[in-house]
Amino acid sequence: MSDLKKIKDELLSKLKSKLNLSEVNQIKSDLFGKNGLISLQFKKIGTIAETERKKFASELNIIKDELQDLINLKIKEIENEEIREKLQKEKIDITLPERPFVRGKIHPVSQTIDEISSIFSEIGFSVEEGPDVESEYNNFTALNTPENHPARDMHDTFYLDEKKKRLLRTHTSPVQIRTMLKDKPPFKIIAPGRTYRSDSDQTHAPMFHQVEGLHIDKDINMGHLKGCLNYFIKEFFELDKIKMRFRPSHFPFTEPSAEVDIGYEMKDGKIVIGEGDKWLEILGCGMVHPNVLRNVKVDPIKFQGYAFGMGIDRLAMLKYGINDLRAFFDCDYRWLNHFGFDPLDVPTNYRGLSR
Amino acid sequence: MKITFDWLKDHLKTNLKEKNLLEQLTNVGLEVEGVQNLSSDKELFKVAKIIKTIKHPNADRLKVCDVDVGEKEFKKVVCGAANAVEGLITVYASPGSIIPKTKTKLVVAKIRGVTSYGMLCSESELNLSDESDGIIELSSGYKKNIGKSYFLKSKSNLIDLSITPNRPDCLGIRGIARDLAASGFGKLIDFKKKKIKPNNRQSLKVKIKKEKNQGCSIFGSCLITDVKNTESPQWLKDKLISIGQKPISAIVDITNYVMFDLNRPLHAYDADKIEKGIIVRNSKSGEKFTALDNKDYKLEDGMCVITDHKGVLGLGGIIGGTRSGTELDTKNILLESAYFKPGSIRTTAKKLNLDTDAKFRFERGIDPLSIEDGLNKAAILIKEICGGKISKFDIQKIETHKTKIIKFDINLIEKIAGFKISNNEIFKILENLGFKFKKKKNFFELTVPSWRPDITQEIDIVEELVRICGYNKIRIIDPIKERKKSTLNKSQKLFHFLQRSIASKGYLEAITWSFTDSNYNNYFRDTKKEIKIVNPISTELDVLRNSIFSNLIIYMNKNLDRGFKDLSIYEIGPTFTGSKPGEQNTVVCGLSSGKKSRFSWIEKERNVDVFDVKKDVVQTLIEAGYKSEEFFIDNKTPNYYHPGKSGRLFLKKDTDLVAAYFGEIHPSITKKIDMKTESLVGFEIFLDNLELSAKTLNDQKNKFNVSDYQKSERDFAFIINKDVNAQDLINAIASVDQNLISNIRVFDVYEGDNIPKNQKSIAISVTIQSTEKTLNDNDLENINKLIIETVENKTGAKIRS
Repeated sequence: MSDLKKIKDELLSKLKSKLNLSEVNQIKSDLFGKNGLISLQFKKIGTIAETERKKFASELNIIKDELQDLINLKIKEIENEEIREKLQKEKIDITLPERPFVRGKIHPVSQTIDEISSIFSEIGFSVEEGPDVESEYNNFTALNTPENHPARDMHDTFYLDEKKKRLLRTHTSPVQIRTMLKDKPPFKIIAPGRTYRSDSDQTHAPMFHQVEGLHIDKDINMGHLKGCLNYFIKEFFELDKIKMRFRPSHFPFTEPSAEVDIGYEMKDGKIVIGEGDKWLEILGCGMVHPNVLRNVKVDPIKFQGYAFGMGIDRLAMLKYGINDLRAFFDCDYRWLNHFGFDPLDVPTNYRGLSR
Repeated sequence: MKITFDWLKDHLKTNLKEKNLLEQLTNVGLEVEGVQNLSSDKELFKVAKIIKTIKHPNADRLKVCDVDVGEKEFKKVVCGAANAVEGLITVYASPGSIIPKTKTKLVVAKIRGVTSYGMLCSESELNLSDESDGIIELSSGYKKNIGKSYFLKSKSNLIDLSITPNRPDCLGIRGIARDLAASGFGKLIDFKKKKIKPNNRQSLKVKIKKEKNQGCSIFGSCLITDVKNTESPQWLKDKLISIGQKPISAIVDITNYVMFDLNRPLHAYDADKIEKGIIVRNSKSGEKFTALDNKDYKLEDGMCVITDHKGVLGLGGIIGGTRSGTELDTKNILLESAYFKPGSIRTTAKKLNLDTDAKFRFERGIDPLSIEDGLNKAAILIKEICGGKISKFDIQKIETHKTKIIKFDINLIEKIAGFKISNNEIFKILENLGFKFKKKKNFFELTVPSWRPDITQEIDIVEELVRICGYNKIRIIDPIKERKKSTLNKSQKLFHFLQRSIASKGYLEAITWSFTDSNYNNYFRDTKKEIKIVNPISTELDVLRNSIFSNLIIYMNKNLDRGFKDLSIYEIGPTFTGSKPGEQNTVVCGLSSGKKSRFSWIEKERNVDVFDVKKDVVQTLIEAGYKSEEFFIDNKTPNYYHPGKSGRLFLKKDTDLVAAYFGEIHPSITKKIDMKTESLVGFEIFLDNLELSAKTLNDQKNKFNVSDYQKSERDFAFIINKDVNAQDLINAIASVDQNLISNIRVFDVYEGDNIPKNQKSIAISVTIQSTEKTLNDNDLENINKLIIETVENKTGAKIRS
């Protein structure tokens, strides 16, 4: 009996000191190995008197379990200590910078085109395109602006040949002509794109962007035109209410023609759309001139409708508070980064135009 | 067109205020561009006389002038004008005045060390004309006005209207008054014509030659004899000054006055300088004359000229000549009131690059029936101011004016405008605008007033009615939210996708001009045709771009100069292959410079290289839905890429449409352009060459098919000639067994020690997996052998032992 107690006491005193895993394992095999102290005790069972044997065996088993638990506990303790030390050693300065990454951006004009397309998509317009190089016929004559018409003076045109038959389109309106020649009415399209005028100063760039709109059907009148633009402007500026003014103007390809102003005020040097008593011109529009319809073989007795054209760059400037038109095309890295949009910010009907 | 409310009131009876006027002008389509308030400021602009000038001590071109401004002491004013000479009467602006042209406030300032008290003004500085060459020269008649305000003391503001080119009638005050009256803003004043009772005939013979393309169809004239040309009376001077015109002499001022008042251009000749008679004819090439702007013009064939028996007197409807101009001592004048055809005027003026008030009006269309009214009004004024005797009017005509008649169906108003106008109102408006009408069965027959060349069909009548009623009457019809056709077609969707896909790889989107500098364009033109712009805005933007690279490189360089080093920019847009409509391609072009991971504590920095852009191109195309297994890549690229470090990509092997190029920009180009960067790589993806998929995202995807049988990885190292492509090895391996070989990866390429010269070692890992069973050692050994055999046979490679 005293043997067992002695073994236990010895173990307890051993486990008290600081041990590593292999030392504990050594202790373990000293006890439970082939010739371990406990194993030897088990071997003794057979030599013990029958009356004592049962009791001895039961006590031995208890002590064995006890000792095993003590050792396992110690092992766990040591393992925990080792992990703790490892973690301690591996600690880093987490405020160091992350791995380098670069972020791309979408140009504000592209973003604005997507916003415009998304808004008009909801009311049934589809997107059409036309070439940047146009014939003088599509750009002017077919649009009821014959040669020697003074309205041509308002378009400082880039020409590609001496006879002035080929040019860089001065507006997106020739897409009207192309669309109507290609298909049969009804037409309900917008056409965003690059346009060109040989004009360059602080507020004019030799290239800029326009979006054309055209809606031709049997009964489309000026009320539809007003409704469509009212809807667009509200959606684009993400406002519930806007002030809009139609005033008579003249474009050879529409009759009657109108220019549209929206109300604004200046707050802290910035233009705020929708309020105030100042007017800002943002687009030109009108009912498509019967001569234009005749030119594209659409019967103006049966079909009628409206067209409009507006400057995309200017809309972007107003919405996003950009002051300088020239900077749009200057490709300054800082500017693109500042005014650009994340490529994942795709304007859509369901998630809205902006975040 | 500049007007004042005061002048308008000559024709319009109204009690309304100027504020209402500005609103109403805009409402009827006569856009107010600006209102210039001269009344508060104009006292500060005085008539003054230069008493003495001395050369500025510190500047050769400047003078220091003593100026009499009607005060006790002369003002010292520094002036740079060549015509600032002693004795000149001119206009002096006092300190504190705001110069109309520049809108800047004048202050007492030292100019090169000499203090200048105020300024002597040019016509352009006062917005009187574009004349900026020298200061204003006033006639001696202004002597008595020295010290007095140059501008009249009226309270009427100068209103600047933007008149659209369809409304020549509104280039006269009366036309504007008529529109306002029709819209309910006052009443148009009717004038009783003053009668002239001439006895004598117009004795100068006038003839319009009947020629092809004769630009003049009516020529009215009268002689006024024994006149005494003089300075205009104050009321007339004030009137012209009030709209920014400079008074010259009574006869010139009167013709100008009638032009602005009635939109009726006139011309006064010194009758004594006309040789025998007037012939209106086409010019002959080489004819010359000196115009009233003191410039000599050499004429081409077929320009409408007013001539006498000695030669050209003037360009009809555009500008008169000095030879027959009126002067203060002119005794007898011939007054011309004619009709010149818009097209003829425009062609001539464009060829000669001439722009005058008369030309501006004639090219838009003058009222052909205003000839006698114009002669009448001017002749009477001349007689009143200059005396003399008026002859009978001589009217030569080779064509008669045809009155336009339009059938008008009233229902068209509602059909177009969406609202109704009452019959009464329709008649009132049309009548006030000068229309005459007859009721027929289902329509009205309208006679268009002669001063409205813009009105030719029914729709124009609708425009008149809606405009005068007011566009605020148009009600809003909300759009229906219904889509019958998809918004974007397939190629537009692809455009949109690629645009955002490239940006998501760290590129900033740029938008640059569609034109470029031909010098730069030539670097990237390859074999394409140069497309010149006939009238470029500058020599640096003289051609349409054949590639987007030229602009991207120009702007990349500017950014490098700003101190940025590692840049990635791209543009998606057109490049041009010819000058016909449609000869253009849509290209996504990207450019990357410098290094990756520059100054990173954690990653090793390296130059951007061709495999970066290859990744961007391939990944983008895969994301766009193209199958990388079918891609075919070789090294034939345009001459602006590094010939050894660039590639072209086809979506499929058997096509000749290049999907993309990528690579290092040719070092000789970066050297010539002096790009200060360690590395410059770029790519071009050609949208028009990308096959549009027939499938949509909503179509069912392929059957989901994967194998759960064990897979094995086998590594091979081959020694091979340097000029054999890795792709050839991969293709050879892939061809062994498409069912069993599921993946092939190159994991090492090595040249150097232990490898024979001109050869390289390529290490490839092959994944072998069956969809039917777990492969045993025997199966694997067989396929191993087959791979080695096939590669060695097909490519000449040797397995490395």
